[in-house]
Amino acid sequence: MSAHLKQDEPDTSNRLDNMRQGVLGKPLSRIDGLAKVTGTATYSAEYSPENCAEGVLVTATITRGVVTRIDKDSVLSMPGVISVIDDARLTTRAAQGTADEAPQQSPRTVCYWGQPIALVVAETFEQARDAAKHLKVIYRENEAAPVSPDLVEPKEHEDETVRQGDLARAMSDAAHSVDIAYTTKGHASAAMEPHAAVAEWDGKKLTVHASLQMLNFNITELADALDMDEDKLRLVSRFVGGGFGSKLGVSEETVAASLAAMELERPVRVVMSRQQVFQCVMRRSETTQRLRLAADKDGKLTGFGHQALVSNLPGETFAEPVLQSSHFLYAAESRELKLNVARIHQMTAGSVRAPGEAVGMPALEGAMDVLAEKIGIDPVELRLINIPEEDPEQGLPFSSHKLAECLKQGAEAFGWDSGHREPRVKREGEWWVGTGMASAARVHNVSEAKARVTLKPDGTCLVETDMTDIGTGTYTILAQIAGEMLGLEIDKVLVDLGDSQHPRGPGSGGSWGAASIGSAVYVGCKAIREELATRAGTSEAELELAEGRVVGGQTLTALLDGDEISEEGHYEPGDIKDDYTASGFGAFFAQVRVNHFTGETRIDRMLGAFGFGRVLNPKTARSQCLGGITWSIGVALTEALEFDPRDGHLVNCDLAEYHVPVHRDLPELEVVLVDERDPAASPIQAKGIGELGMCGGAAAIANAIYNACGARLFEYPMTPDRVLAAMPE
Amino acid sequence: MRPFQYNRARSLADASGIISDKGALAIAGGTNLLDLMKLQVEIPEQLADINHLGMAEIADTEDGGLRIGALATNTAAAVHPRVRSDYPVLARAILAGATQQLRNKATTGGNLCQRTRCFYFTNVDQPCNKREPGSGCGAIDGIAKLHAVLGTSDQCIATYPGDMAVAMSALGAVVHIAHEDGEERTVPVADFHCLPGDTPWRENVLEPGEIITAVSLPAKVAGTQIYRKVRERSSYAFALVSIAAIVEIKNGLFSRADLAFGGLAHKPWHDPRIADVLIGQVPSEKLFDEAADILLSGAQGFGENDFKIPLTRRTLHAVLAQAVEQAA
Repeated sequence: MSAHLKQDEPDTSNRLDNMRQGVLGKPLSRIDGLAKVTGTATYSAEYSPENCAEGVLVTATITRGVVTRIDKDSVLSMPGVISVIDDARLTTRAAQGTADEAPQQSPRTVCYWGQPIALVVAETFEQARDAAKHLKVIYRENEAAPVSPDLVEPKEHEDETVRQGDLARAMSDAAHSVDIAYTTKGHASAAMEPHAAVAEWDGKKLTVHASLQMLNFNITELADALDMDEDKLRLVSRFVGGGFGSKLGVSEETVAASLAAMELERPVRVVMSRQQVFQCVMRRSETTQRLRLAADKDGKLTGFGHQALVSNLPGETFAEPVLQSSHFLYAAESRELKLNVARIHQMTAGSVRAPGEAVGMPALEGAMDVLAEKIGIDPVELRLINIPEEDPEQGLPFSSHKLAECLKQGAEAFGWDSGHREPRVKREGEWWVGTGMASAARVHNVSEAKARVTLKPDGTCLVETDMTDIGTGTYTILAQIAGEMLGLEIDKVLVDLGDSQHPRGPGSGGSWGAASIGSAVYVGCKAIREELATRAGTSEAELELAEGRVVGGQTLTALLDGDEISEEGHYEPGDIKDDYTASGFGAFFAQVRVNHFTGETRIDRMLGAFGFGRVLNPKTARSQCLGGITWSIGVALTEALEFDPRDGHLVNCDLAEYHVPVHRDLPELEVVLVDERDPAASPIQAKGIGELGMCGGAAAIANAIYNACGARLFEYPMTPDRVLAAMPE
Repeated sequence: MRPFQYNRARSLADASGIISDKGALAIAGGTNLLDLMKLQVEIPEQLADINHLGMAEIADTEDGGLRIGALATNTAAAVHPRVRSDYPVLARAILAGATQQLRNKATTGGNLCQRTRCFYFTNVDQPCNKREPGSGCGAIDGIAKLHAVLGTSDQCIATYPGDMAVAMSALGAVVHIAHEDGEERTVPVADFHCLPGDTPWRENVLEPGEIITAVSLPAKVAGTQIYRKVRERSSYAFALVSIAAIVEIKNGLFSRADLAFGGLAHKPWHDPRIADVLIGQVPSEKLFDEAADILLSGAQGFGENDFKIPLTRRTLHAVLAQAVEQAA
């Protein structure tokens, strides 16, 4: 049986609030947590079918050109080497998120340094890795390989362009204005688990255990790459050790392992090295941005301009959506937004942790701080007075809007001093101390999703979907939703995820997982409740379930009487998608110290207040926010991909040299969850939270650096060399 | 990783015999070597595992100093009571390096021998005179933020990445080296590492077959000990610049100023002229500047790392000011 809900209208019934189990909204620990910390959760590379061969990708050592010859004999006589796979179907880039088709193939055409061109398969991993290093490859180089955006003429990404009113006029008429250029460096997703795939071919069906975020799209991408029917494929991703965007699309190792397994008729495992993960999956584009803000004497924005230049490989559709939240965050009559893309021969640019806002918001919110100072207004107040009533470009209502509450509650909880803000006032020994704040915004997305919910005769429940849990807590929140709806403790709910044979959902990415698949589980459970209500002689609306029984009535086991009830919940966002602008909102507050002598910045404390609809589980939600704030510290202070200026290769490609924040960089972090119900966001009134926690936080730190030591920086990350260069003497 | 012969050395002489062959290396903690072997930056045919040769003892010496066995782990050295009380600059330097997990495994001798973290050295598909003599230097005109500003050559601008040796250099520590024939020689830590010159592949004075057996520290001297490491993140990052300082002030004048610098050169940088400038003088900003002028007179940046020159000056100011404050 299946139940379908296409949401065309806001759902204010808040059904989940009227259930009786009381398990949803509780700060429960992850149900998969013990398995993970005891090493019993099996990740993709840990599947070890009998007779499994090991593959290692061979990557190009030129920037652009053609592979004219691969001398397989150069390695085939090496110990243990089985084969060199140079199939034309090998993919040379990871698919972009939700691509639903194969990424670039033709491995003999090289478009960036480090691009996979072949796979060496051997009996052991060490043999394969050694042979991969020794494979002789002959290239014909194409010298025309620009590796920096400065070297090419960028093109406008027209979907993003907005021109309303007259910004130039608004700027010249403004009582106060700022016109600032910002730059941000490239970022890596830097997930802990490297990309890995184990492929098995039984002559009819290919089963691949792979570390992927979106099986529903990945299976289509893989089928397209292999030129096979999807029904001959099965993808399994039960546990994913972080994705952060890097596993949205099918990547090179999965296609290579699949081709090798079919060609050699034995299982093949391909695990990328840490360096390969960095060099041939996805980078976040560097950005150059220009912010123009015009305000009247009271600080009301009259003009808003945000332009950005990003880069990608020729032929890639993805352009870092820098302006995503700029379209609606602040009201201003005259608006000009424009995104330009430069085509360069560096590794693929794609989705990395909150694409767009992660770098757009730090620039916008930095500029807002400069404007607040010019006007002489408290920066919190400047934000408050510019919150729009409706989407300022599209005229749409917001599904819900908690920016003001987040700003106010955050300021209160942080102890924000709204008095006059003078930089370089407080010094403790060598350290300048200061505070800063910024708004947070991240668009909310939902997508069609299906999940099968089965209530077993013994009163336990099984939830099945191809949805992945990339470390966010999906297993747990789905158990909570099903448990709440069906009156079960979560230890009575088994959640089975990450298998393409299950009903399909949109996967994990863009913070849309919980609201999308959570709604599908809700729809499935509601259908089961209908059946139970009939059996109990009441209506679904009046059916009260808790602790495995009808409240004051029969147990579920008795009601079921040996039957099982299975429903496939099918949720689809309908017209409502076009009727509202939906976003999560928040506010960041930071206190930092900056060393007068060395320019080092250390964060004393940081607070984020976030409103993102219903909080399904305050513990996992808070963890998501803590992770997001941590990433924002990385954006602000440490993270920068460095590319060689000559051949464009990624230089700092491991976790020692690419600096994600470490524990010692993390101060006291506080999270304020501004609970709300967003009736238009999803039938469970929830929005995404995964990425919101990093969207703007870097600006709170940048603004605090200025307040502390008087160094106003326009380049992220704000490393000691840059801070010192900008610090007044 | 290339197949290699693993040999568990039974004695120092045994180990020494094995590693006198070309293509043979000693392995202790392996925290650097194994990474380099996976990347095929190092492709030894033979490894001599010296972990079972004792040499982990940390003991007082007759002259009141301390002898740290080559196989004493970084953690063991950093927490040793005498290191903490008499050589705090060394304890702090060790704790400023790597991570707890690495320090638990890394050894004193191995730390001295660690290779540079230059990006072009660790990428075998890029040129590097150190790894492949004559192939060129990728870092010059490349990404060189972490690179050297002192003692560079047109062959190599890599830095020695460690912290421990910087403190040892300031302390006047001595490396004990055993040879296959049983002879032992000693080399001051300050002279143990080489400048790149025309032989950037040669990073220290060890000859084939030689093994570090210990590092000895002279008796404790009076004065304030400081280790200051400037870095982009607060742990698990190599120094942009670091300073080890043992400074004494008597009657308002500098009476001791033993300083060594990390992150600036192919070796821990020790410039005896700095002590000459400072000793006998009244501390002042002007004097600190004079010391910095001398230290940095030959400094040359390569674009991306130009900032290290003013950063070193400022950090030197901070360290000397801190020493004066603590002496007061």
